[in-house]
Amino acid sequence: MKDNLVKILLKALCWGVLAVIAGVIVSIVGGWVAENPVTFVQQMLNGLQLGFVYAMIAVGYTLVYGVVKLINFAYGDLFMVGAFVSFYGITQYGLSFLPALLLATVACVFLMVIIDRVAYKPLRDAPRIAALITALGMSIFLEYFTALKFVFSPDYIAFIRPFKLVTWEVGGVTFTNIQLVIAGVSIVYFLGVQYIVGRTKIGKAMRASAFDKPTARLMGINVNAVIAATFALTGALAGTAAMLYATAYPQIFTFMGIQPGLKAFVAAVIGGIGSIPGAFVGSLIMGFVEAMTVGYVPLGSTLKDGIAFVLLIVMLLIKPTGIFGDPFEETK
Amino acid sequence: MKIRSLPTWLTAALFFLVVGVGFQIVFSQGWLSAYWQQVIMLGTLMAVSALGLNLKYGYAGLFALGHAAFYGIGAYSSALITKDWVTGWSGNPAGGLAGVLAIEVGFILTVVAISYFKIGHLRSQLRDSLSRWLTPFEASVLATAAILVAGVLIIVVIGGGSGWLVRRGVLALVPPVLGALPVAISQQVIFLIALLAGAVLAGLIGFLVGLPLLRLTYDYLCIATLGFGIITYVFFNNADKLIPTMKGARGMVNIPNLTTWPWVFICAAVALVVMRNFIYSSTGRAILSVRDDPTAAETMGINTFKFKTLAYALGCGYAGLAGGLYAHLYSFLHPSNFTWLKSVDPFVMVVFGGVGSMTGTILGAYSFEILLEGLRVLPAEFIDWRYVIYPLILLAVMLFRPQGIMGTKEWGFLKLPSIAKRKREQETSAGAIRAESCASESQED
Repeated sequence: MKDNLVKILLKALCWGVLAVIAGVIVSIVGGWVAENPVTFVQQMLNGLQLGFVYAMIAVGYTLVYGVVKLINFAYGDLFMVGAFVSFYGITQYGLSFLPALLLATVACVFLMVIIDRVAYKPLRDAPRIAALITALGMSIFLEYFTALKFVFSPDYIAFIRPFKLVTWEVGGVTFTNIQLVIAGVSIVYFLGVQYIVGRTKIGKAMRASAFDKPTARLMGINVNAVIAATFALTGALAGTAAMLYATAYPQIFTFMGIQPGLKAFVAAVIGGIGSIPGAFVGSLIMGFVEAMTVGYVPLGSTLKDGIAFVLLIVMLLIKPTGIFGDPFEETK
Repeated sequence: MKIRSLPTWLTAALFFLVVGVGFQIVFSQGWLSAYWQQVIMLGTLMAVSALGLNLKYGYAGLFALGHAAFYGIGAYSSALITKDWVTGWSGNPAGGLAGVLAIEVGFILTVVAISYFKIGHLRSQLRDSLSRWLTPFEASVLATAAILVAGVLIIVVIGGGSGWLVRRGVLALVPPVLGALPVAISQQVIFLIALLAGAVLAGLIGFLVGLPLLRLTYDYLCIATLGFGIITYVFFNNADKLIPTMKGARGMVNIPNLTTWPWVFICAAVALVVMRNFIYSSTGRAILSVRDDPTAAETMGINTFKFKTLAYALGCGYAGLAGGLYAHLYSFLHPSNFTWLKSVDPFVMVVFGGVGSMTGTILGAYSFEILLEGLRVLPAEFIDWRYVIYPLILLAVMLFRPQGIMGTKEWGFLKLPSIAKRKREQETSAGAIRAESCASESQED
């Protein structure tokens, strides 16, 4: 009898604690919504726009990490190079949107493959730390080399949009055609990468190399070629993402790649590194959190660079393998 | 028979005497311009910071990128203390000191209390006893909530209470005691206290950060510590909302210019000797074993996590000490000096000089600073090339000599102590003989 009473009391206490926590969260978010529903939806849209760009970069990180187990630090800077290439394509050669996008994509593919060949390939069998340091060095080199006056110059440059900004208003919420393009291209790329990795022969080879390189080699897979193909694919993602990012936030400079690159990597970790849907979902969460921080937290616009990493550390403490992660990944 | 060389302590003392006094003479005679004097002092303090990173990365094998954050924590906290003593920004000349010391004492006592009450153990005990009535999920929620409440209570009562007491004590005692001394001496005393307080604060925060993060390995650790560096940078940028005199993104000014060659040199010498003795002690050997083979170390009864945390916190403390010296060298602090890219600087020094070598680290620090500053003599259009060259050096070292210039070699008194070495050789040769005889015996069998 007494046991039952204790049980009921404890159960009530436990669910009461949970209800209080949930209530606090709901009341905060609800407060934002109730204060101005239109602004809230607008912030969500901004977050989605950012999230879709992050998603392309994060998929690139996750692919490389899945196959080579390397944080490709130079990836953010590849992104920057893509933005500059498309900028020069538009201003110097008067390219329109699609050719400029193609140019940036192709340039990034080539640059990524070259970086792999020069810096990463010789260290394929070295300790992982050595490759990581090399990637870091490559990143700093790209940043400062392109900041030289005769390369891209260290200035902040206003990006010229290749197409006109069109806005529609639906019930007070503003849509732009850029948002639609970003969402469309990002989803197409996501499906494309999913198809390549999941359904094609090269994708099968990638998965085999990710799983076990020596055995893949024994099975007649040219592992180095597969890795080069992976890097090429991620290069394409970076080039396209860069052009879209610069169109949405039209200001480019040679250090622009650091923050999106790091945040996209964090997003990939949150989603579960190595998992492509994970990278996508993680990026949307990341974009959403960032937009909400800017919109609703005091000093949000200055704190938004920190919040991504707070999220990362919290995630690593709760579930280091991420939302979609393989539970055994961390111990490998 | 080989002629016996000088005892290690004598070599070290002679070396320090010659270098310290030699540079003091060079500086005071004005043979070097003020600019180059600053470069040499900067190189020396960067060597201290790099030694800290060498402990983390070279000896403990922790690939952590947040070093500049701890450098910044040491710089800002010590600058707050000395600036307060000189300009009294908080209204009381010891206000900064009282604040920092209160945080430190409160923190340490909280940690002691939490480990005394064995909070983690209590949580699982509570969960187990609750699971008599509840489902596992409910039990763990309730246990966690109870422990969190208890933890907050401990922090508030013990940490807050002791911090408050320390703060009142320092405010009441320090100004009259130090105020009685001549200004020149009291400033030096405050500087010493500020340096130590900055280093301790950086070490404590390193410990706090290490508790959750050091459970991660490789890339996860790298990205998480890098994230901590960025969080700290964002904090420094907005610090003026909390402490107005830190001035946030505008940069903290009017820090007394107290760093002189004797200060830098003595700090570096003490840091070096401590590091050498630490790494050749049994604790140091434990740290090396954790780096080389964590599984084997654990089998030998070494608590790998404890030694990783220790190495990490001590390395962060070194960074904090270097940061304090840096703050009083240029008397100006700006958050951009503590971005995550600046964490790569000591990293380049360690990797270039030799991972896991104190000699290499120090050589790396000096060559890095002298190269970087020396290249300023180039014509203006080449100055931007400095930051192009150094990642290239990093790449070249990684591709062609990944262990660094020195490898793990040491020079002079930084070598493995000779007695220990001789003993170890005897043991290994004896061991080898024993092994051989065993092998022959087993063959006979």
